[in-house]
Amino acid sequence: MKNKKAITFLVVILFSVAFVLGACGDDKTSGTDGDSKVIKFMHLWPEGSSKTHNEIVNEIIANFESENPGVKVELEVLSNEQYKDKIQVLSTSDELPDVGMTWAAGYLEPYVNGKKFAPLDDLLAGDLADSFVAGTAEAYAIDGKTYGLPLELNIATIFYNKQIFDEYGLEEPSTLDELEEVIQTLNDNGIAPIALGNKDRWTGSLWYMYLADRIGGSDVLTNAINRTGTFEDPALVQAAEEIQNLVNMDAFVKGFNGLADEEAKSMFMNEQSAMYLIATWDLPNYTTNEDVPQEFRDSVGYFHFPTVDGKGDMNSFVGGPGVGLFVSENSDVKEEAKEFVSFFVQQWGEKSVTQAGVIPATKLDVASLELPQMYVDVLENLNAASNLTLFADVQMSPDAAQVHLDMIQAIFGNEATPEEFTKAHEDALSAEE
Amino acid sequence: MGLKEMNKVMSNKWVITLYVLPALLLIAILVFIPLILTGYYGLMDWDGVGEMYFIGLENYVTALQDMKFWDSAWHSFLLAIFSTLSLAIYLAISLILASKIRGANLLRKIYLIPMLLSSVAIAQLWIKVFNPTNGMLNHILIALGVENPPAWLADTSIVLFAIFVPILWQYAGFYILIYYAALKNIPESIIEAARIDGASPLQIAYRIKLPLIMGVIKVTIVLAVVGSLKYFDLIYVMTGGGPNGASEVMASYMYKLAFSSKDFGYGSAIGFLLLVITLIVTVIIRKVTASKEEIQY
Repeated sequence: MKNKKAITFLVVILFSVAFVLGACGDDKTSGTDGDSKVIKFMHLWPEGSSKTHNEIVNEIIANFESENPGVKVELEVLSNEQYKDKIQVLSTSDELPDVGMTWAAGYLEPYVNGKKFAPLDDLLAGDLADSFVAGTAEAYAIDGKTYGLPLELNIATIFYNKQIFDEYGLEEPSTLDELEEVIQTLNDNGIAPIALGNKDRWTGSLWYMYLADRIGGSDVLTNAINRTGTFEDPALVQAAEEIQNLVNMDAFVKGFNGLADEEAKSMFMNEQSAMYLIATWDLPNYTTNEDVPQEFRDSVGYFHFPTVDGKGDMNSFVGGPGVGLFVSENSDVKEEAKEFVSFFVQQWGEKSVTQAGVIPATKLDVASLELPQMYVDVLENLNAASNLTLFADVQMSPDAAQVHLDMIQAIFGNEATPEEFTKAHEDALSAEE
Repeated sequence: MGLKEMNKVMSNKWVITLYVLPALLLIAILVFIPLILTGYYGLMDWDGVGEMYFIGLENYVTALQDMKFWDSAWHSFLLAIFSTLSLAIYLAISLILASKIRGANLLRKIYLIPMLLSSVAIAQLWIKVFNPTNGMLNHILIALGVENPPAWLADTSIVLFAIFVPILWQYAGFYILIYYAALKNIPESIIEAARIDGASPLQIAYRIKLPLIMGVIKVTIVLAVVGSLKYFDLIYVMTGGGPNGASEVMASYMYKLAFSSKDFGYGSAIGFLLLVITLIVTVIIRKVTASKEEIQY
């Protein structure tokens, strides 16, 4: 009798211990497995939310596997935010996938400092020489070494509703004064001029960055961030003043500081507001996306951010590469992983723009592709671009980026003066020197 | 096995240890060890990815001087105060529901529905309600003749209170359910006796029902305060603590530092302070509400 009980107890203990151990278990499957090698690859385009991206990835993997017998690619797919969280957790326990996705500059820094990502300069000098648009792969470089290869490239422009503009006899503005006249006319007629979802903060940052670029030239912001300049530059103060001028003339939709970008976008797409500053990742919505009514897609145009007081170069853009591929420094199959990354980048370019409507970071022969007109225009703008300034929150370290983003909400909300705004930046940036 | 034998087995110290061990092990691994680790990470300068550097109590000292932290703590305390005050409303509703009124059963279920929704769904729902241009709330206000209704989640002086509404709404069902169960537990004979003695319904509620469920009320106060102090989800989804920190609470500030600013050491220190603050407040509430006489019935 007693024995039987004791056995039950033992079984219970065994199960609970097994359960606990199982939860901590390490199911590392990458590396050499018999004859075939396995590359673990994590990406952030789930079938549900990014169908076309997901399909292209699968196609490329199938091609790679058939060209490289003996190498298998094992996939793990997560959505954006979960992906970011998981990568961070995996890296602390040294279990990064062999190949994964990363963002440029500031995001990359802790991983590079922690020696988690492998330098990929040999690929850039070899198979991929001269294949990236200038300024894109550089965004993934730290201390002269490149740790990521960009897949996407986006520039921000102002999209506008041609129908609304026609109705009130408005023209594409090419100076800030003209833009302000457009805003005035729209306000007089009860149309919200500009959709802005500043809860997400980087959206407002785009406006500030463009004003800084036009007023102070394409280097002023970048120099302030990399500490060859200062954030107390008069141009950066004036850019903040212009932001408040726009806010005070009700240029942006009501309650923009509490709206997410998605909500602002839906206001623009429901023709509740006339203009919307966003990056070219939104192009499918205005060209090929069948879920958006044809009539609306036909009525969308875009113009470059206007000049200010005759200053500024309209061919200077705010933008930058989106996600890029990294190879883990501690990968057991590093060589194969690098080969896969190189193969992926080469196949991605044309497929991504024709199938998914993504502007790739690799150079393209525009004439040979059949694309909607707006794509052709954007690709040509990119060829003519005089400068590409990387998104400010990406350029800065994560710490300074949070200060920047919070101050963006403050300046848009009239809670900080332009001087307080620039001083907070200067303090945060100089604290890191 | 007989009852006697069973009692003998159950009083064996080893058997008790064996039975308790699995749960203890799990709690230790999932709760206590991470808790100690959080305090330990708080002593480090660490970005969450690379090397850790020991810096002693610097993070804790910085936190105590960090105005943003104290602002967020104040917001958390405001939420705690409002949650506690709202308990009175839930109690009143439960008293009404528990006195045999028509449709009490249906109403009880209606009050419970928000509890069944996930926080993110509730957040999405209320984001739509609060939308300044297309939201239900402002449409109603405009229809009522309000000329310039507020932009609820964008106005720094309103946003915190606007966001309290769905938070309180979310937990209403939970507390109503607890109070309702406690009230139903009161023996009918006591109330019957009071009624025969000529007590009015208000007197019965105030003099008999409330004292009898005092224990439950104390527990709900602790639950409401602790839950408020560590509250995170709706704030994170609806405003992300913004605009410019106007709706930041301690937990969202901790998250922002650890995961957005990549300042894992400092974030951990804030997390540990959050724990300490919550513990202190809990002890104070227990002390203040402690009473010697236990009511028996």
